[in-house]
Amino acid sequence: MTDLLLQQLVNALSLGGIYALLALGLAAVFSVLGLINFAHGDLMTITGYTMVFALAGDLPFAAAAGLGIATAALAAVLMERIAFRPVRNASTATMLLTSLAVSAILQVLFQNLISARPKAVPAPAALTGAVDVLGMDVGAIQLLAIGATALLLVLMTLFLRRSLLGVAMRAAAADFPVTRLMGIDANRVVAVAFAISGVLAGVAGVLWIAQRGSVDPLMGFLPVLKAFIAVVLGGLGSLSGAVVGGFALAFIEVALRAFLPEGVLPFRDAIALSIVIAILVVRPQGLLGRRVAVR
Amino acid sequence: MTGASPPALIQVEGLAVHYGPVQAVRDARLDVGRGEIVALLGANGAGKTSVLAAIMGLAPVTAGLVRFDGAAIHGRPTERIVRLGLTLVPEGRRVFPKLTVAENLRLGAAARRRHDGAAAALDRVYGLFPVLAERRSQDAGTLSGGEQQQLAIARALMSDPKALLLDEPSLGLAPRIVDAIFDLIPALRAAGLTILLVEQNVELALAVADRGYGIAGGRIVLEGTAAQLRASGGLERAYLGLAG
Repeated sequence: MTDLLLQQLVNALSLGGIYALLALGLAAVFSVLGLINFAHGDLMTITGYTMVFALAGDLPFAAAAGLGIATAALAAVLMERIAFRPVRNASTATMLLTSLAVSAILQVLFQNLISARPKAVPAPAALTGAVDVLGMDVGAIQLLAIGATALLLVLMTLFLRRSLLGVAMRAAAADFPVTRLMGIDANRVVAVAFAISGVLAGVAGVLWIAQRGSVDPLMGFLPVLKAFIAVVLGGLGSLSGAVVGGFALAFIEVALRAFLPEGVLPFRDAIALSIVIAILVVRPQGLLGRRVAVR
Repeated sequence: MTGASPPALIQVEGLAVHYGPVQAVRDARLDVGRGEIVALLGANGAGKTSVLAAIMGLAPVTAGLVRFDGAAIHGRPTERIVRLGLTLVPEGRRVFPKLTVAENLRLGAAARRRHDGAAAALDRVYGLFPVLAERRSQDAGTLSGGEQQQLAIARALMSDPKALLLDEPSLGLAPRIVDAIFDLIPALRAAGLTILLVEQNVELALAVADRGYGIAGGRIVLEGTAAQLRASGGLERAYLGLAG
């Protein structure tokens, strides 16, 4: 029984890590721009296709993954420059629709220029195997997910606390005009927020793809939807809330998958979302969110 | 205008500000000479804050021009204007509540043209506002209103500006704190700053200002030395819709 519990704990932590990375990227952009970027999931897909081509070019898996993450970061910055900057001062609805359009365009491009069918991304044997941790078999990829998430969360915290640009990002989340009044370049803060979201989506993409072994044009949709739920659950606008929300959602999902009776299992997503809604009814501002201040 | 004196540090001519279809400022003209303290007086909603926001590039300038130190700055992004040595202490203080006092001040120094002086600037503002030194690692949101106003001013001073725009520094503060802040304004001028002060409290503003302008309905309707404005008494005040 303890073994089963520990195994489920590892599952929840590794899935939660991926959700948390994606949610943190969404929240980083949302906190400075007020934009929920629904093209965020397509950054994962871009990472995947970059890896497909890199692996076809005989690059080792780690190098392909690194290249995939870098491409996602670059794509995120380009996305902001080309699509979002022109509508930066437009209404939230305009920005939201712009991000849906970016997502739709990218998916059509993937389908027509690459393939509508899944492309295989073979993970090396070292990742598909299991590792013995305290007498328990744990998937190597899950350990990697947990380790990568922990490392990125530490790096992100250091960046936000120590660097001037990180402090400026936290300030911009509270009051963008006054942040500019400090002489902080608005475009730079926004570009850095997108670059960070790209790196986080890229790492999440590598972990996601290594588990499923393939990439297809619509791959990013489901995880970004989950990440969006995580962001709302944790508290829209709160970075730590996004991380907590990601882990909370994964714990709910894994617990339902493990402990629901067989007959009810097909309804687990509906049940998971009902639990999320119940939490939001009690705490409309999310787990860590503060009540919306009127400016 | 002060006749043949050197050109003013801040010059505003024919300024118009629109928020969508609403015009907040029309044909406003004012100047602030080097080392002067100038008050911009008016009732709530008269357009005072809009004038300051327009100077800083935070409100849309739809006509007219703004010069700082001889250079046209209207249409430039706020962050560039700040780097020229002009800064604003916004109405309602607007410190970053979830950042510590020290982090707020660190951001204030981001606009410095030379970064080597930031440590000295920090020592100076901690000397000027000892309470901020005591609370340096506290979140700004936990400070009292008066302490937050001190932090807002200190944060602006961290960039070593040539000119400071102060928007309603007395707003919502206890009289004792207001006195302390208005004692500070002449001291800042003595240290070389030029100050444009927006206030609803006319007595307070004219006690420290050299000159003043009155604004009503988005227009500059009154101009004079502080002594003239003090002497002119009730009529214009009624016109400006001012109390006190």
